[in-house]
Amino acid sequence: MVDFWFNHFNVNWSKGAERWLVTAYEREVIRPHAFGKFRDLLLASAQSPAMLFYLDNWLSSSATAPARRDRKPGLNENYARELLELHTLGVDGGYTQNDVVEVARCLTGWTLSRPRDGGGFVFRPRMHDSGQKVVLGKVIRAGGGKEDGIAVIDMLARHPKTARFIATKLCLRFVADDPPKTLVDRVAAVFLRTDGDLRQTVRAVLTSPEFLSAKYAGAKIKTPLELVASSIRAVGGETKGGTTLLAALNRMGMPLYLCQPPTGYADRADAWVSSGALLERLSFAVALMEGRMVGTTVEAERILPRPDLDRAIEIILGARCSAETRATLSKEMPVSSKKLVGLILGSPEFQRR
Amino acid sequence: MSDCPECTPRNLSRRTFLKNGALAMVGAALSPGFLARAVEAAPDARGRVLVVIFQRGAVDGLSMVVPHAAPEYYKLRKGIAIPREQVLDLDGYFGLHPSLAPFKPLFDRRTLAIVQASGSPDNTRSHFDAQDYMEAAAPGNKSVHDGWLNRYMGTAPNKNAFRAVSITANLPRSLSGMQPALAIPSVRSFGVRGGKSAERGFEAMYSQSASDVLHGTGKESFKAVETLRKRLSGPYQPANGANYPRGNFGQQMQQVAQLIKADLGLEIAAAEVGGWDTHANQRGPLAQRLEEFAQSVAALHQDLGDRMQDVLIITMSEFGRKLEENGSGGTDHGHGNCNFVIGGRVRGGRIYGQWPGLAPGQLFEGRDLAVTTDFRDVFGEAVVRFLQCRSASNVFPGYALLPNRFRGYLA
Repeated sequence: MVDFWFNHFNVNWSKGAERWLVTAYEREVIRPHAFGKFRDLLLASAQSPAMLFYLDNWLSSSATAPARRDRKPGLNENYARELLELHTLGVDGGYTQNDVVEVARCLTGWTLSRPRDGGGFVFRPRMHDSGQKVVLGKVIRAGGGKEDGIAVIDMLARHPKTARFIATKLCLRFVADDPPKTLVDRVAAVFLRTDGDLRQTVRAVLTSPEFLSAKYAGAKIKTPLELVASSIRAVGGETKGGTTLLAALNRMGMPLYLCQPPTGYADRADAWVSSGALLERLSFAVALMEGRMVGTTVEAERILPRPDLDRAIEIILGARCSAETRATLSKEMPVSSKKLVGLILGSPEFQRR
Repeated sequence: MSDCPECTPRNLSRRTFLKNGALAMVGAALSPGFLARAVEAAPDARGRVLVVIFQRGAVDGLSMVVPHAAPEYYKLRKGIAIPREQVLDLDGYFGLHPSLAPFKPLFDRRTLAIVQASGSPDNTRSHFDAQDYMEAAAPGNKSVHDGWLNRYMGTAPNKNAFRAVSITANLPRSLSGMQPALAIPSVRSFGVRGGKSAERGFEAMYSQSASDVLHGTGKESFKAVETLRKRLSGPYQPANGANYPRGNFGQQMQQVAQLIKADLGLEIAAAEVGGWDTHANQRGPLAQRLEEFAQSVAALHQDLGDRMQDVLIITMSEFGRKLEENGSGGTDHGHGNCNFVIGGRVRGGRIYGQWPGLAPGQLFEGRDLAVTTDFRDVFGEAVVRFLQCRSASNVFPGYALLPNRFRGYLA
């Protein structure tokens, strides 16, 4: 779930000083709230240096705020827009450009103390637009100060559109690229009923008949990160990360912590299964088993003392293995254990969850 | 200038469509995914090729095409201006950075043109937003997720696996979307690394008849690998004495030439070159980057020879840099920039666009070169007049593409 929520509240390591903030963001903002209340997660991300910097809210101020030496004062709508579009209501969530501006006004003054020196969240009244705002039809009275932003977070975190958007993304991640609407409805209802309790919301997905049904078994293609993790796990390997592994992820199209747009990585097969990337998955399987991933140790012989095809399929693929793949693999025999395992890790079946 | 009808992309796609018509119909009905994009991996086709080069990091356009007759330029760039006597004059007002010397003969022979003061209507000075906006060709709109080049492909889909290739590890945003595009970081090592027999094993597994996205993509990948190996066997010998620099960008340009000459039906090639974010002490490093940049592009031009008649190269960068130099011999993020356009069909030897001037009142937000040509009009002119797209409005969502706004760098 840390991966899911990091991706939902994506920040990109390569944007200037962001690299110094990402580690703490994952550890202190995402992880503690991954099974908590959505509202707390949303607020924590809104006040995190990583998000304030990535989506520029730390620069956003009332147009009449005192000028700073290197820039003119003024509103920056970047975070406000993504807060509505990507973090809560969704792009079809019914908000207007005016709502974006009003949310941005509410969040003026939510900035960083000592931005060049690792400072944390601070509210600066002098940057804040203290006038009245109207967000999604609701009046936020003048003079609220820091509370304007809290009011916006509370409103968005409990909005039915947010429930629906989060439910859709969870079903997209765990069930299918095109999840059944009835399931999304039920999960959204749990989100609303539990005041955005993420543990209960995720449980609603994972205990649903749809999730457990044969129809959706193996419906999802693994992301490159899932493929790398599941490959190493499947062969009982150990990894300390390392640059060759990161480079492999990069070549498969999913550089770690480096998703450029705030949307995060896509959760659909068409984003991951292109020619070049698929060939890279196969190259990765071979390289992993040949011990070419520096910092990662795998020993095929430990899980597969002899190159026994049936045993290898049983351990790695189980019942997922198609008759065609089994037949193709048997034509490749005899091969060494590590080569056999490499072929299985590159099989179409292993690319699916 | 007479168009060869057989060479136009429209005809190419029609021909390929007819060849694969039945399969395409079935595929479109059954599966929105790979079947609809099952590919013909080995066409023998040559058509027009658009080569897009992204200078990532915001290159200092005022150092590339120097307004050497503008007093403000020398006044505000006391430490880093290109001295007037070193500028390679083009028209009495503008001149090239001396490191761009390989571009001078192309300008003189009228195959290179410049669009000056081009850029985005959005005022962001964030690299990541600005690159995103430019590659999506939707400034200020983050809900457009596919790239402009991919949307162009969608206006006339065809089945060629090699229609769009990026010479990078990952597909750039401009090429991502529903239409198939290959990311081939190295044409020589495209395939499964780790031995022939592993590759054969994988190929067998993926070539079964199961009709899902993995098998489909696998099949098209191995076909593409096979095609590339067949067409590109042996070491590459550039023609016409072209000499590609050894660096990464030079090698990208050489691979573009290889793919074009292999007659694979390539229509879009994407390449990129970084190192332009020159906030400090920019003189030396910028001169070096520009030299490699110009030598590489000029080598591609040289190597392709007569083929340049059907090739258009466009360079772009997310925004320009501030007019006034900063306190550390560099330049901070700015706004307007310029594009180079190169090709046999370009009405070259000219500088297009309206120059907004560098006087204080003429600058954007009081500090940067203003934008007088929307970058979508630069791209749009290529899409309409070079690629001959009939439904270019689909390529630029929310933007009315009007030919009278085109700068006219293409006839």
